[in-house]
Amino acid sequence: MLLVLARRLANVVPTLVAVIALVFLLFSVLPGSFISGMGEDGRTTIDPAVMERMRKEMGLDDPLPERFAKYIAHTAVGDLGKSFRTREPVTYLIGQRIWPSLKLMFAAMAFAIVVGVTLGFLAALRPGSLVDTVSMVAAISGLSLSQFWFGLMLMYLFALTLQWLPSFGYGDGGIMHLILPAIALGVGPMALLARTTRAAVLDVLNADFVRTARSKGMSERRVVEWHVLRNALVLVITIIGLQFGSLMGQAVVVEKLFAWPGVGSLLIDSVFQRDMPAVQGCILLIVLFFLAINTLVDIAYVAIDPRIRYGR
Amino acid sequence: MTADSLLRVEDLRIALAGDRTIYNAVEEVSFEIRRGEAFGLVGESGCGKSITALAVMGLLKRPLSLGGGKILLDGEEIQNASAARMRMLRGSRIGMIFQEPMTALNPLSPVGRQIAEMFVLHQNAGWSEAMDRAEEALRQVRVPSPGRRVKDYPHQLSGGMRQRVMIAIALACSPELLIADEPTTALDVTVQAEIIDLMAELCAAKGTAILMISHDLGLVANMCKRVAVMYAGRIVEAQPAEAIFAKPQHPYTQGLVDSLPRLGERSRRGQQRLREIAGVVPSIQAYPAGCRFNPRCPRASDVCLTTAPAITPLPAANSIEALVRCHHHG
Repeated sequence: MLLVLARRLANVVPTLVAVIALVFLLFSVLPGSFISGMGEDGRTTIDPAVMERMRKEMGLDDPLPERFAKYIAHTAVGDLGKSFRTREPVTYLIGQRIWPSLKLMFAAMAFAIVVGVTLGFLAALRPGSLVDTVSMVAAISGLSLSQFWFGLMLMYLFALTLQWLPSFGYGDGGIMHLILPAIALGVGPMALLARTTRAAVLDVLNADFVRTARSKGMSERRVVEWHVLRNALVLVITIIGLQFGSLMGQAVVVEKLFAWPGVGSLLIDSVFQRDMPAVQGCILLIVLFFLAINTLVDIAYVAIDPRIRYGR
Repeated sequence: MTADSLLRVEDLRIALAGDRTIYNAVEEVSFEIRRGEAFGLVGESGCGKSITALAVMGLLKRPLSLGGGKILLDGEEIQNASAARMRMLRGSRIGMIFQEPMTALNPLSPVGRQIAEMFVLHQNAGWSEAMDRAEEALRQVRVPSPGRRVKDYPHQLSGGMRQRVMIAIALACSPELLIADEPTTALDVTVQAEIIDLMAELCAAKGTAILMISHDLGLVANMCKRVAVMYAGRIVEAQPAEAIFAKPQHPYTQGLVDSLPRLGERSRRGQQRLREIAGVVPSIQAYPAGCRFNPRCPRASDVCLTTAPAITPLPAANSIEALVRCHHHG
């Protein structure tokens, strides 16, 4: 198991380097910079001399390869640089945001797994039934909804009209503030999970070994418990992993909408201000998270499916 | 009906729901298996032999369903038995082995556990007792070092070993009837004989009757006392195994017998091509009128094109009834 982990981690490193390089290069070729953006609103004027000095301080005038080498070297030792905007270390900025982000994602994923897997499972056991139809319509709707619109509707219904829940913000970090953004973020993965679970369970129900199980004189319930669940889980885990991994990226919209102080809203703000170190830090974190979840999924496979063994 | 009748199928019809119409995938199928007897059901792919077996197990799945007829197990009509009753019969009184040992076992469950389930389901055993008995069952089907193998997953076993596990499962509760649906088709030729011998030996020891389903007439005739030949959903001939070879009555059976390779004949005549039956089995939507074998039959005459032949009883040999369904049999 340790070896598996080591091998997977070794695979992660080149991916990380590639992503860092890509983000760095993209931002270098994009027009505009933090400095040029400062005067963009037309109200403030900045002394060209000051701008020149700032450019020097931030190292924006250095040649690209030199800047890149510096960035890689610093990143390697965990120094993500200082935010142009606040002059605070990026690690500190992200550190403040990471806990709310994780909280939101885990809540959203918990919602998606509990509701999605349950719905998909019930639908598969009674294909063509009312449960099946309703949950699959719900799943299609969930997949097609824009998070932004759905979030607004949630706010409108539960915060404004019913006044059951707070409309936005982090509040005291309690669960009440978490519910609406978690649902808004979780509805997409929930819908996908419902559909995947249904397909996976139906697939397994048609497998030869399920026919064998029935030929043993097993009740349908036992067939499902003993032979279907675990096999269907292999497929479902894949989708859970993929969804979970990309959730931090998806959270950008929801965090902004609900004014949630997470990494996503930090990323948006930083992009608008061309605060490059902060943007790179956020993206690095999102990618790291994705890779970490993928590694966990790979390990989960080994635990669930005896046929899967990485390496020797 | 004979006194020692174990399974009796009478006028079985299996309906296949098509887009607009309902077809009869199997019709007018009747046969009887006595206690401890091995009975063979032979036919090409798609002739309805496998679904006949599934019907006996009560495991037909849509679009297939039981269209009519009776299935009697030990005198009890089971064609309309409740789901709970069928579950009691399946596994404990009728065991079944399937064609594909690769996919017939749950890939995520150790084989020992999959055998042990039988004791838990039918004999109220606890899991630890059931696992001990599973190990014993593996020893009986001659899996080497069964103590270690019980913990193995199906992918760690060879095809032959997996089929042994299937046999262990099917025979775990000493059923009165074992249905073997092409048990060796997916195996290496070298392993086939071992598996067949093992099945025959264990069934003889336990007094288990066998319903052997195969497209391989030679294999079935070696193992079974009586053989029925199916074609396009109907039984066309049933005879004692020796008689099937010695004097096949139906032109289809004759074709099957002729298509078996014979070493002596081949060496005598040099490199002679294997004979085959011209044409293919018609699809269920396109069954011809009259005798369903008429497009491929060398003896087909006008009556064959219009009238389906009735069952003709043949003189019984050793009190084993025999029949043929052909206008021009002999």
